[in-house]
Order: sequence, then C-alpha cells, then structure tokens
Amino acid sequence: MSVSLSVNGKRHTSPAAPETPLLYVLRNDLGLNSAKYGCGIAQCGACTVLLDGQAVRSCVTPCAAAQGQITTLEGLGSTDKLHALQKAFIEEQAVQCGYCINGMIMSAKALLDRVRNPDEKQIREAMAGNLCRCGTHTRILRAIQRAAKELA
Amino acid sequence: MNTAHNTSANTTMDQPTRRAFLKRTSLTVAFSLSPLLPAIAQAPAAAVLPGSLNGNRRLDGWLRINANGTVTLLTGKVELGQGILTALTQIVSDELDVDLQRLHVISGDTSLTPNEGVTAGSLSVQDSGTALRFACAEARGLMLAAAAIKLGVPASDLQVTDGTISARQGSNARTSYWGLTGEASLQREASAKTAPKPSSQHRLTGTSVQRRDIPAKVTGGEAFVQDLRLPGMVHGRVVRPPAPRAKLVSVDVAAVQRMAGVRAVHRDGNFLAVAADREEQAIAAANALRASARWDEPGDLPPVGAALFNHMKKARSQDSVVADKKDATAAATATVKVNAEYTRPYQAHASIGPSCAVAQWSANKADNKLHVWSHSQSVFPLRNDMAKALRMPQDNIIVSHREGSGCYGHNGADDVALDAALLARALPGVPVRLQWMREDEFASEPLGSAMVMQMSGALDAAGKVVDWQHELWSYTHSTRPFDPDGVNLSAAWLLQEPHKSGPARNIPQPAGGSDRNAVPLYNFGQHKTINHLLLDMPIRTSALRTLGAYANTFALESFMDEMAGAAGADPLAFRLTHMTDPRGRAVMERVAAMANWKSAPAPDTRNAKSPVKGGVLKGRGIAFSKYKNLASYVAIIMDIAVDTRSGVISVEKAWSAVDVGLVVNPDGVRNQIEGGIVQSASWSLFETAQHDSRHLISRNWPDYRIMRFPEVPALQVELINRPDERSLGVGEGSQGPTVGALANAFANATGRRLRDLPFTPDRVKLALA
Repeated sequence: MSVSLSVNGKRHTSPAAPETPLLYVLRNDLGLNSAKYGCGIAQCGACTVLLDGQAVRSCVTPCAAAQGQITTLEGLGSTDKLHALQKAFIEEQAVQCGYCINGMIMSAKALLDRVRNPDEKQIREAMAGNLCRCGTHTRILRAIQRAAKELA
Repeated sequence: MNTAHNTSANTTMDQPTRRAFLKRTSLTVAFSLSPLLPAIAQAPAAAVLPGSLNGNRRLDGWLRINANGTVTLLTGKVELGQGILTALTQIVSDELDVDLQRLHVISGDTSLTPNEGVTAGSLSVQDSGTALRFACAEARGLMLAAAAIKLGVPASDLQVTDGTISARQGSNARTSYWGLTGEASLQREASAKTAPKPSSQHRLTGTSVQRRDIPAKVTGGEAFVQDLRLPGMVHGRVVRPPAPRAKLVSVDVAAVQRMAGVRAVHRDGNFLAVAADREEQAIAAANALRASARWDEPGDLPPVGAALFNHMKKARSQDSVVADKKDATAAATATVKVNAEYTRPYQAHASIGPSCAVAQWSANKADNKLHVWSHSQSVFPLRNDMAKALRMPQDNIIVSHREGSGCYGHNGADDVALDAALLARALPGVPVRLQWMREDEFASEPLGSAMVMQMSGALDAAGKVVDWQHELWSYTHSTRPFDPDGVNLSAAWLLQEPHKSGPARNIPQPAGGSDRNAVPLYNFGQHKTINHLLLDMPIRTSALRTLGAYANTFALESFMDEMAGAAGADPLAFRLTHMTDPRGRAVMERVAAMANWKSAPAPDTRNAKSPVKGGVLKGRGIAFSKYKNLASYVAIIMDIAVDTRSGVISVEKAWSAVDVGLVVNPDGVRNQIEGGIVQSASWSLFETAQHDSRHLISRNWPDYRIMRFPEVPALQVELINRPDERSLGVGEGSQGPTVGALANAFANATGRRLRDLPFTPDRVKLALA
C-alpha cells in the first residue's frame, strides 16, 4: 500500500494508509517541519498547507485525497530566498513563539493569491480561522499588508 | 506577617521555597561541575555576585572563547518566544565588543549550561542578562590584560573591535580573543569586580535587533522540539485518566499490542501509553486503548458557577495577612464606604501546540542513562523531579531544552517529558517522540486558579482613600517541579507505586503568588491584604502568566474606579492623587497624552437601577500596575464598544505606556506588551476552563474560545526608556492593566460594573438589565 503525492513540485511516495492525515505524511515521511499538529479537528490552522492554491487543514485531509499540487511553507521560499510573506514576517517581527506562523503565512498566501490588495477587514476575516495565543495578531496583519504591497 | 521584605537582588524567583531552592541549586552546581566542589566547600562566605552569577560562579560556565573565532554564550534561561536569547546576545555583544554573527548560544541544558532555575516571572534579563554582563566585562578585562603582555602595550591603551585587540595609537601590533585562548583562561571563578560598560557605551542594547529564531520559524526550519527527528525514532501517545484521580479498572493491552506498527504498550498503575513506528499508528493505538479502558471516576470536583466561589470561601485554607499598614487617624476620617466582590474562573494556558518531548534511554539497560529533549521552562528542576519519579540518580539524566509552542506559564511541558521517559524505558536505545493530543493538553495541563477578591474601602470628605482592604481566596499558583515534599509531574501520581504531589504553597511577598499585586502601590491612609491559600486542590492549578496578578489587578483597578466614582473624581486624576512614585505617575501621564484623555468623573455604579439601552455604547477606561510591585510599570487606556442588544463587547483600541528601566530591545518589549494586551483581553472576554462534577469539559477549541483576528484591537505602545535604571521584567507587564482598563471602559460606557470574569454577552446583558 502506498500513496503518491506532489509536494512543492516533486513527486513523493509514502507508505501511509490512504486515510492517514496528510499532516503526518508531510512531517514524518517527507521530513517537512512547517505544518504543525495543533488540534486535529481543523480548528486552529497550525497545519495549513495549500492544495491547488486553496488553504486546507492537513490534519483532517486524508493523504489519498490530497491529489493535486501541494505547497508547504518550505515550498514558498527558504532563508536564502525568502518569499515576500516570509520576508515581511521577519521585517515586522510578526512572531513570538512561532508555532502558529506556518498557518498564518499559508492562509495569507491563499488570500493574496485570491485578492491582490485586501483591506484590513478582509485580512482579519480571512485569518479568523487561524489561532494565535501569543497575541501577535496586529504584527501579522501588518506583515500581510506589507507583503501585499510588495507583491502588488 | 507585615510588609517588611527581604530586598536582596534575587528574591523574586517563581518558586515557593526560595531559600530551600537556592540551597539545593548550589548543590546541583557542585555535582554537575565537580571541580567546583572544593571551592564551594572552602568558601562558605563567598561574596554575593550579581544576578545568576551568584549561583553559577564559573566564568567558563557562561562564556567560551573559541579558537575558530566564535564565542559561545551559555544561559540557563530558555527561549519561550519572548526573544530572550536575542536580548542576551545584544548584552554579550556590547560587553565583549564582538559582533552578533560570532555568537553561538546554548541554553537550558543540564549537561552544559548554568542552572538558573525557572525561566519565569519576567526575570531573565535581570538574572541571566546581569550575570552575562558581569561575566563578559570580566572576560574582556582578562583578555586585555593578556593582550597587554603579549603586545607590550598597556591594557588601558588597547581597544577591542569585533574581538580584535589593537593599540588605540602608535603601534600596529594586534591580537584577538581567539588568539589569546592559551594565555587568558576563563576557567576560573568570577569576581564581578570589573564594572560593565555604562549605558552610553552600548551599541546594541537599546536597539531593535531582529530576533535570531524567526528566520527558521517562517521557513519551516527545525525550530521546535516537535521537529526533532532522531535516527530510529518512534512515536508515542498517552491515555490519561478521563477525570482527576480516576483509577484504571481494566484495559485490553493485548489487543492493542497486535495493532499495526505498535512497538510497546506500557501500563504502570494508572499510567497508560503506547509507542508505534508511525505517528498515526500511535494515535490509532492510543484511541483503541482509550476505548477499551474502564475507569473508576470519583466525581469529587468542586461546584460550578457562583457556587464555586462560595465553596472557595469556605474551603480549608492557610490564611495570612500579607500587608497591614495601619493609620487609625486617617481611617477615622472615613465618610463614604464602598464594597465589591470580584471573581475570576479557572483559565487555561491553551498553547497552540500540545506539549511534546523526545526521550531516549541508553541501549544497554544496565547503564541506566536517560536523555530528554523538552520545552520545559525549567530543565534543572525537571531533571530533579524526573529522577525522583523514575527512582534513579539525577546525574544519569540529561535534559536539553528545545523550543515548543508558547507556554504562558506551567503548561504540559514538564509532564510530557516524564510521559516520554516512562514509555521510552520500554524501548532501550530507541528515541521516543511523544506529543500530547489537544484533548490531553486541555484536560491535563495545570489550570490558572479560580479566584475571589473581596474589596472594601473608605473615602474621607476630600475624596481621598483612607482605608483599603483586599481579601482573596485562591488555589495555589505554584506547583512546578522542584518541590522538596513531592514530585510535581502528573504521571508520577499515576504509577503503581505513586509519588505524591507537593503541597499547596504560596510564593511569599514581595513578589507574591496568589497575592501578587494584591498590595496597593497607591498611597492610601491605611491598607490591608489578606490571602486565603486553599490547601486542597480538587482541580490541579499552577502558574499561568502573572499568577494572581491578573485577577488582583482586575479587582484593584476596578475598585479604584468604583472609589473614584463614589468620590466624583476623574479616574486618571484620582490615581495620580494617590500615586507618589514618579515612574508610576509618568506612565499614566504618558498614556493619557497618547490617547488624549479627557477628564470627567468616573460613573458612580453603586446604585444603578434602570435598564441600560441605546444600541452601541462607547466607553474608555484606564488602569495601571507595576507588575509584582517589582517589575515593569505599565499604564493602559482602552476604548471599547458595547452592543446593548447582543451583549457583545468590542475592544477597539488600546494605548500603553511602559517603563522597563533600561530597554535592551525596544521591539521585543513592544511585542511582549502587545501580546499581553491581546491575551488578557481574550482571557477577560471569553475564557473559562469548564468542569462538571467529574470531568474537565473544555477539551478542544470549540469548548474554549480565545480571541480571533476580527476581535483584536488596534494597539499603540510607547516606551519610556531609562538607561540609567536597571532593566525590569516585561513579559507579564500588560495583562493586569488590560483587564482593569477593559472593566473600567465598560463602566464608563454603560454606568454598570462587571465584576465576574469573563465578560460574556450573557453577563453583559444581565448587568445592563
């Protein structure tokens, strides 16, 4: 039994059972750190990845159902070649502990791909499903606005 | 007890029995750095050294100059997302004259770093920063002395630029720290006799250096213990009792052992855990174990709702008079008396990432060695309690810190480390990564205690407070590891041969635990604070950020406005009238200027009668605290809107003025203040960790709502830098004033007072009816 996935532009095969949440395949079979286990029921957003450009919760997405182009935070950019969102999060120091940040950036990416220049209210609404406990929200809002400007 | 305090530099550690703690700390150091043992034995009256240098006196315990041109900084404090490691590198860079790029940091490792107890209480810059400042100043002096001999130039004529030592003028001779490792050894005891630089010579202290941990966190780097992958690592999960003190009657271990990928099912009394090759297999096996387990649940939890607070006021307690400033002459001038009672429910740390640890035992069972990677706030105390729980020598255990999700106090971090160790013992040599499920975290973490605060006060004819009484009831806020009379790790209580937990304790004043910030800083005629520490703990509680200060500041700052209302005074003017500390006055005056505060009498909420209507009502409130009465000064003004029909409170904007003395990293301070405002607003509007007679019933986010993006206020923070004052802790500075400003804004908007947290729509509607 194996599952084939396209992640960050490459094909991968995992020995996972088809109903296995995509989260564990990404983390443990592909060695990708970004998507995080937070709640297991799609309520916090820490596990967010993109599937064909849509933000999905990898903790409730069976890996066999993730047929399409999967993009993780690692696929956006690296420390040597940062994506505009990653750069903006650093510039705004929009992190405290950082456990939620994968979800913040991936949800923001899905938003900016859909809405080129969102206003603050649109960003707040789009990010409502991503929980942050450190209270870094206002910095995250500024970082998304900064990235939106750079990408526009 | 009176308000006379021990005022030595280190009295504020978040440990209940500090003296005992320090005593044992020095022993720990002696054992882990055995060459030091004779030195300590021969020098019982060694001079008191600054900050954590006092308990960790070796220079090379803090600093290593490496031949490859790098410097290793060692600290016992750990990164919790508060930016402490970046702040410490700024301090080291300034004192040593070495660029940040050369600095390598090792933090929180029982085999490598100084023992600095717990990273808590907003003390890291004070404890570790101070130690490093003095250690670096001394190391720099030693290097300069060695360079003077080598170069034939007096030390006073030498300068250091990024570790290179050269003559200021006249000579081209030069050397460097890394060229002097043979001549100038740091393998010696610190004297702290070399004065650190004056703030005028700091290059990086006081600047917003970017955090060193953020790039990995925004790119999917290995940043957390959850990301640690060791060769051959397997995955573990626990099955915790469904209710406090539940006993395991039966469970089908054999069936679970046959499940795919399962490597070990471990039962020890009421402790139940499983390891499997794959994470999803471990989760499936844990679910199967849980489904087959039968438990005997005692159903002994305290009542809920208002009955909880009545129960608390009658529960077995240890009572103490925390402060008692008497002035019978002033009290005799009382003309108006005011009373009010405030409550706060149980609340959760609710970290976004459930707790996690990796544990690995020696492959050879006879070696009996254990290595644990943990996001504990206190790796040394954790090691101490793990050794007791596992009934093995603590020298056989290494605990290495790796970051986790923000903890906000004592969450599941320590507990899960013992869980992982217990399970891994069944698989010698195999690293076991054990992460709690979300439900484990909510139901097993120690909660922030429910609290009741009864306030009474009196005004004289001129509207000045002549009497102030603050009486509080609370479960303990301190059940961290390192209690001398128990093991404070939850799995230890579940074993076939169980350990007992430590007793309820209170951190003594001046920091205080339950009674933190319950002694007014305002200058009143007389004041008295009484603390009832509840001795039985039906629901486990421990340190949640600020301990009692959040609830006490809620009561104190709300009551301040209630008194102002009774006096017909403006809330800001009323506070300033009673505040003599110029730094307290300065933050209030600054925040008033920031928000353009308009003077007006506080509402008199004592006899509110007719229902409040009118759609959306706007209000503004102010509050102040000096955290712990020892750390940062913070004043906050908050604007809110109250929808009288839905009962929903919207926080629109918060302004904050902050004095933390010498600012090491301004953006880091702002980040902490901002985060504290949002977190406290979330506690205050939404959060109750619920229970019924048997169970903790808040188990996942749908049962425990926290603030979301659309509800977060706009924030404006200004710092009053005082470069000649010592740095004060900031990590918990804004939570207390936030709830005070919010409660006062509600009264300002509606003329009614909310005295029970959280301010839910139902409570708002009741208050307005």
